[in-house]
Amino acid sequence: MSETALQSADAPVQAPDLFSKFDGLIAEREALLSTGVRDPFAIVMDKVLSPTEAIIQGKPTILLGTYNYMGMTFDPDVIAAGKKALDEFGSGTTGSRVLNGTYQTHKECEDALKEFYGTEHAMVFSTGYQANLGMISTLAGKGDYIILDADSHASIYDGCWLGNAEIVRFRHNSVEDLDKRLGRLPKEAGKLVVLEGVYSMLGDIAPLPEMVAVAKKHGAMILCDEAHGMGFFGEHGRGVYEQMGVEKDIDFVVGTFSKSVGTVGGFCVSNHPKFDVLRLVCRPYVFTASLPPSVVATAATSIRKLMHAQDKREHLWKNSRRLHKGLRDLGFTLGTEEAQSAIIAVILPDQEQAVGMWATLLELGLYVNMARPPATPAGTFLLRCSLCAEHRDEQVGQIIEMFAKAGRTVGCIA
Amino acid sequence: MTDRAETFAKVEELIAPFNKKGIALSETTRFAQDLEWDSLTVMDFVAAIEDEFDIIITMNMQAEIETIGQLVDAVETLKAKA
Repeated sequence: MSETALQSADAPVQAPDLFSKFDGLIAEREALLSTGVRDPFAIVMDKVLSPTEAIIQGKPTILLGTYNYMGMTFDPDVIAAGKKALDEFGSGTTGSRVLNGTYQTHKECEDALKEFYGTEHAMVFSTGYQANLGMISTLAGKGDYIILDADSHASIYDGCWLGNAEIVRFRHNSVEDLDKRLGRLPKEAGKLVVLEGVYSMLGDIAPLPEMVAVAKKHGAMILCDEAHGMGFFGEHGRGVYEQMGVEKDIDFVVGTFSKSVGTVGGFCVSNHPKFDVLRLVCRPYVFTASLPPSVVATAATSIRKLMHAQDKREHLWKNSRRLHKGLRDLGFTLGTEEAQSAIIAVILPDQEQAVGMWATLLELGLYVNMARPPATPAGTFLLRCSLCAEHRDEQVGQIIEMFAKAGRTVGCIA
Repeated sequence: MTDRAETFAKVEELIAPFNKKGIALSETTRFAQDLEWDSLTVMDFVAAIEDEFDIIITMNMQAEIETIGQLVDAVETLKAKA
């Protein structure tokens, strides 16, 4: 650039405001909030009394949207393990797993996972999101193919975009669609089929035996995300893939500590003989700080307790079936015909009814998750309920009563 | 009709069920801006195109396709490779 150009008196170029792309969303939110309704995405829990109860704006509220499936967050052994690690190892590692961020607590946590899953290898990530991001982007490289369900979680999509592989989608839970697409791919190319045990929006489960058979027929490796299945599916609580008897065929199981385990973190377990090389090449594992020792200590204790949580599993299933039946009998449209998981999704026709129901339930003392497009399939508005093994029978009764009252107030049921 | 014209006609036919507002279609019609398709509509439409021509349009390729003309060109290329 010449000096004259630098000194010219031209007005600076008016570049567009980078935020203008969000104007539509900002306007939609303002219109919604101007009706006087509470913001569904700005809830603050003032106090948390137990896995199933909190104080929100001074009011005791039953929690039905936490993914705290097994209610481990206040387990006395889990809390004690966290406190001990905090005292012995300090508040944080301040480093990557591959440098100064692996403590004895992290190894113990990976040992607990190996025992829980009966696998040779386990790798702990700082979040479940990063576990998918890291595994998918690292496993499938340039020239390889990732074949994923259209309703996959955002972390799976983002894992695809972080890597260099070709990305192919199939229609949600369609075995035929998966088969057709795999059949059109080059035979010699590496293939990773990504499935989820439970799909978290509607709470439906995948037909894993059929999908696994198709994937194996085409020579693909399989990664199964069991974020919403760990803890209460299968004899050992490993997930939907255990319950459906396809353990030998799943190459990689990804999971999270932020649901049944009751803290935060993510992981992958596998029997692949070269698995440990991922610790050197997986960027979302390498280029971030490891979990605090107190967090991995609570996770390890919780995972070991979940191995023997048969009574809790049974109570959770009982709660889930009872809520599903109760809501269906009231006339609500639900995401699945039967209770397939611990997620019961109530489908509402538009944003107005969804927010109306959500806000009325909160007034009555019940918190559920609201979900809207694009997170939801087929443009639906959902009230997503996730049950906990610690919900008492009387709480489930109260929940159904509150839904009946709110539904009639808002006018979505007769 | 040339092969490309035939492909164009077929693509138009497959767009019809998703063209809720009856927008007139041409080479330069854009899926996102003109047809106002969201990502779910795109998913259903792409699956229909893939099954019709027995091809795969990866999401990487989809990211580069904005208009009907570009889609028809992509289909022609993929058919030739298959």
